[in-house]
Amino acid sequence: MTALLEIEMLSKHFGGVQAINELSFAVEEGEILGLIGPNGAGKTTLFNLISGVFPCDRGRIRFRGTDIAGATPYRIARHGLARTHQIVQPFESMTVLENCTVGACFGRENLSRAAAGEAAREAAVFVGLEDRLETPAAQLTIAGKKRLELARAVAARSVLLMLDEVLAGLNPTEVEHMIGVIRGIRARGTAILMIEHLMQAIMSLSDRIVVLNSGQKLAEGSPGDVANNAAVIEAYLGDPELARELHGGAAI
Amino acid sequence: MLRRPFFWIIALIIAVFALAPVATGDVELRESLLLAAIYIILASNLNLMLGYAGYVNFGSIVFFGLGGYICVYLLGAPGWPLVAAAVAGGIAVSLLALVFGLGILRLRGAYFALATVGVNAAVQAFVANFTPWGGSSGLYLSSALFAPLGGPMKALWTIYFLIVAIMGLSLYLSYAIKSSKFGLGLLAIGQNEDAAAVLGVPTPLYKALAYSASAFLPAVAGGLYFFKGAFIQPADAFDLTFSLEAIVIVMLGGQGTIIGPAIGAYLYEELRGWLLTSDTFANFQLVAAGALLLVMVQFLPSGLMGWVYARWPRVRHVLE
Repeated sequence: MTALLEIEMLSKHFGGVQAINELSFAVEEGEILGLIGPNGAGKTTLFNLISGVFPCDRGRIRFRGTDIAGATPYRIARHGLARTHQIVQPFESMTVLENCTVGACFGRENLSRAAAGEAAREAAVFVGLEDRLETPAAQLTIAGKKRLELARAVAARSVLLMLDEVLAGLNPTEVEHMIGVIRGIRARGTAILMIEHLMQAIMSLSDRIVVLNSGQKLAEGSPGDVANNAAVIEAYLGDPELARELHGGAAI
Repeated sequence: MLRRPFFWIIALIIAVFALAPVATGDVELRESLLLAAIYIILASNLNLMLGYAGYVNFGSIVFFGLGGYICVYLLGAPGWPLVAAAVAGGIAVSLLALVFGLGILRLRGAYFALATVGVNAAVQAFVANFTPWGGSSGLYLSSALFAPLGGPMKALWTIYFLIVAIMGLSLYLSYAIKSSKFGLGLLAIGQNEDAAAVLGVPTPLYKALAYSASAFLPAVAGGLYFFKGAFIQPADAFDLTFSLEAIVIVMLGGQGTIIGPAIGAYLYEELRGWLLTSDTFANFQLVAAGALLLVMVQFLPSGLMGWVYARWPRVRHVLE
């Protein structure tokens, strides 16, 4: 049985900067894989390569057995891969429901507009936006917009969901709620690849973790292994304060 | 569909356009309404690109002019009947727009806008040097061509009714697209093209289809319009003034709304008529259009209907 998403020897450079350097890893069906690393490690670039926003220089990206490297973002989305953006990208003057309908209409199931309306409503309720269905996206708070990003991706009923810092900028209550939503998505059988800087959250959510540094894989393993990995602590975390936090998170 | 109030509003607009000049027998009113209907056709179709997909087409008049040329040409030597020639013009222009669209819609923002001006200029230059179409001196039609329509007087009424019908179709097209999956994809592109692509909207195809769809009815209308004058030349067919007026109208009425361009077109036509006949402003008609555009963009960027919908959101469900 092959993995859901297989990244093989993937490379991408921007001018003289090697953003991703011969990176290989895999996401299995139904798992939550955490992606961590310092700023500039190439995490968001990796998302952009996988979702087809940028073409890669070399390497292979296999999703559900098909090579998607070089495919356009909309084909990849149709194939069952959804993502959220670190900087939220709502359709400002559309309502919450209309935003989610776009996700449902053009997602994996390629629904008709009427059927998409139902899927959209269900997704919006699922992330806790049931009171805001008719609100224009521009009027949502930042937490609301983050939920909307997630709801649009959920409405697409994808097989793999890539979350780019959905917890950043949220207060502790909102983080708590969002973690519940993420667990709920996984419970439906959707695999999740997530970038997160909030260590406690990613350590408790992830089944496995990949640590990225300067575009290369520094470590891979269970949250506990990664937190105890000497290379991770010394080369990347450096900061003993953060190392302690990691241990704390793993213990949860 | 019949239950939607909006459908009856379109029907009412068509009925007023069709019956008012007949009831009064007023030819001057008919000519003024004909121009208003042309403005509605141009603005409604421009709105598919400008209001839905968020792409500013400065050269939308190229559809109207090229449709006019193809129709006038087919009516002449090949001797096609009027409706067939006009529809053939529409189909040909629509297909050309699809091909062009797949190319120039890779450009975004100001670059796309510049390219559309370029397309109009290039087509105008081509036609001005194309001898089968009379080059820069244009094509004339024999008045004998009005005979099958019952002579010039009757023909003018027939053309008027056909143009009113195309106006109705334009409004219906705006409505049909907006309420479809295709329309939802276009609106998403208009709001945030990159996010739309990541959510699965096939952006290059949708943009090209919108560009092509926005070409069809203006091209058919162009055929009828130039048949009416029995004369077409490059300077009239590809006059950018018309393009700019269409943009003013869409901005005035409300981009992205269905009824907005129709209201904008009617108001603009009234204003234009008043300016042209007034002693003071007769030569400044376009200055007024420019000033109006500035005021709208500055103070009411979503147009009259956008303002109404923002104040009374419920109205949106009635008027679309």
